[in-house]
Amino acid sequence: MSDQTNTEWPLWEVFYQPKDGKPFEHAGSVHAPDSEMALQNARDTYARRNEGISLWVVPSDQIVASTPEDVGPFFDPANDKAYRHPQFYSVPRAVKKRK
Amino acid sequence: MSTLDTIPKTKKEALVEILLRLADDRIVHGHRLSEWAGHGPELEEDLALANVALDMIGHASSLYSYAAELEGKEDEDHYAYFRDDIEFKNIAMLELPRGDFAFTIARQFLFSAFSYFLYEKLIETTDDEQFKGMLSKHLKEIKYHLRHSREWVLRLGDGTEESHKRMQEAFNEIWMYTGELFDLDDADQVAIEHKVYVDVSTFHDQWKNLVHETIEEGTLTVPDSEQYMFSGARKGRHTEHLGRLLAEMQFLRRSYPDATWK
Amino acid sequence: MDTQQQLDQFQERIDNGEKIEPKDWMPERYRKQLIRIMSQHAHSEIVGMLPEGNWITRAPSLKRKMVLLAKVQDEAGHGLYLYSATETLGIERRELVEGYIYGNAKYSSIFNYPTLTYADICVIGWLVDGAAIVNQTMLAKSSYGPYARANLRICKEESFHKKQGYEMLAKMMEGTEAQQKMAQDAVNRWWWPTLMMFGPNDSDSPNSAELIKWGVKSKTNDELRQHFVDRMVMEAEAINVELPDPDLTYNEETGHWEFGEIPWDEFWSVVKGDGPMNRERIKARQKAYESGEWVREAAMEYARKKKLRKEKAS
Repeated sequence: MSDQTNTEWPLWEVFYQPKDGKPFEHAGSVHAPDSEMALQNARDTYARRNEGISLWVVPSDQIVASTPEDVGPFFDPANDKAYRHPQFYSVPRAVKKRK
Repeated sequence: MSTLDTIPKTKKEALVEILLRLADDRIVHGHRLSEWAGHGPELEEDLALANVALDMIGHASSLYSYAAELEGKEDEDHYAYFRDDIEFKNIAMLELPRGDFAFTIARQFLFSAFSYFLYEKLIETTDDEQFKGMLSKHLKEIKYHLRHSREWVLRLGDGTEESHKRMQEAFNEIWMYTGELFDLDDADQVAIEHKVYVDVSTFHDQWKNLVHETIEEGTLTVPDSEQYMFSGARKGRHTEHLGRLLAEMQFLRRSYPDATWK
Repeated sequence: MDTQQQLDQFQERIDNGEKIEPKDWMPERYRKQLIRIMSQHAHSEIVGMLPEGNWITRAPSLKRKMVLLAKVQDEAGHGLYLYSATETLGIERRELVEGYIYGNAKYSSIFNYPTLTYADICVIGWLVDGAAIVNQTMLAKSSYGPYARANLRICKEESFHKKQGYEMLAKMMEGTEAQQKMAQDAVNRWWWPTLMMFGPNDSDSPNSAELIKWGVKSKTNDELRQHFVDRMVMEAEAINVELPDPDLTYNEETGHWEFGEIPWDEFWSVVKGDGPMNRERIKARQKAYESGEWVREAAMEYARKKKLRKEKAS
């Protein structure tokens, strides 16, 4: 068994843009020794079927994520801010009909 | 002169000859790369090698198809499965056993670099639209193969002591087979006249520069090009390895010639 | 220790159909069970490349060669998705991999059988991938988010795997006598091992109830197996291939096909390491892993040197 140095390549998160103008989506992750190889590995793993037109790779340990404890303070306050949504406002009937 | 050494006379014959040379290179290279499936040095690299292998076999298949169309043969499989080793026109470098990862990378790099310059020139030159369309499509993939293998030459060359040694040995071992890349024969001359091939010596310097720069950037030494160079495989004078490769590739298809396998 | 209150809250989330994400609280045993079944799934994809890879260089047409290579490559991809999903549970891929090539971690026993003729490739596509799809369709709804997403992606990509096998097998059954013989022989050899892929009977499957309670699975081994048999009987009939079970009978009342006794002795013996190909498969994976070490090391060393040079320059 080989356990001298840890040669496990670092983990990278892969994001891809499905179409021109669309936002990037998370595809998954790959292991790679550096950014160039991470990009190539991402291409070979997550773009085998023409899934995207552009790729991002980010070292996984550089991702800052919210924690489950943040759920309340981060996301609940938005629940009662109906005025942020277009359905909050009424539109004159005549305008509605012309849509 | 070999018995199979017939010089093409018409443009069509010249094009068929070139299509088969290009396709044989690719099917044999693809075969060797496909042997890595399930045995790569890391999962990500398994995927990468399979991608290159798939591209190679795909390119061969479309080149064979065009040849079949021109010659009125049934399909691409005719050429891959029903010709013997002395009829195969691939260069010897590509039929050598897959070796270790360094050898696989050395071969892929040298051949991708050659293919890259050849395809660029050939796309500029040829007036056969179908051929040109095919080459343009393949060139995009070749660029990626070149990038992939070049990056690995740098990493293995300038990596650890062991990887450096293996990468250097791989180049030393394969070097006597690089001469064939730039051999020009009578068939090529006819093809050049008909604008279905190019004079490969016109990009020899470009190839050399790229190869030398990469090898040196990888802290390696370019092997001596004044050494003995293998030649003749394009005309059926192969190494002993091709026969075994084809025996494996063709056995099932040839054992049951009446069966449908598509 | 996990408190009862935490456990209750967790169960409530599961029962509400919520997905559990990597940073969420989860019972230690849920994490352990997930690592076990997810990595087992990943190892199976990787070991599964070997029996099929055995025929890439001998595939009988360029089309079939490309189909097979693409399929084997997909398996590497699926292994990769599954390892990544497992890594979200705080364990390294290296540790998982060493767990099966040097340790006792399991992979699907189906891959411990040899591929003797090209028809085996067709039958693996039809039966083995068919069974895998039944399983993975269920797992795509698993309670653990990363596992569900990995399976969803796998299912999307894998639909061609089964189709290509079934299509080619149908052609062989319509082909020459030699082809028919090869095809039938392959079905005879793979049928029972495929039924074993769903695992032991529910009565002998201690983990099943817990995995269902936690929403990792939603159906039992026997339910999935029955669903599979019902479908395969129909598909076998359509291409005139026989399933090697004289006890197969349709039960009008239940609407299901009843089948004979699965050779469980063989199952347990292969699980424990005594199958025709266990030792060879592990040896092949060990060899790939060990002879890849210098490559992985070189790439890391290059990255380290490059970073150093960059720091010096700036």
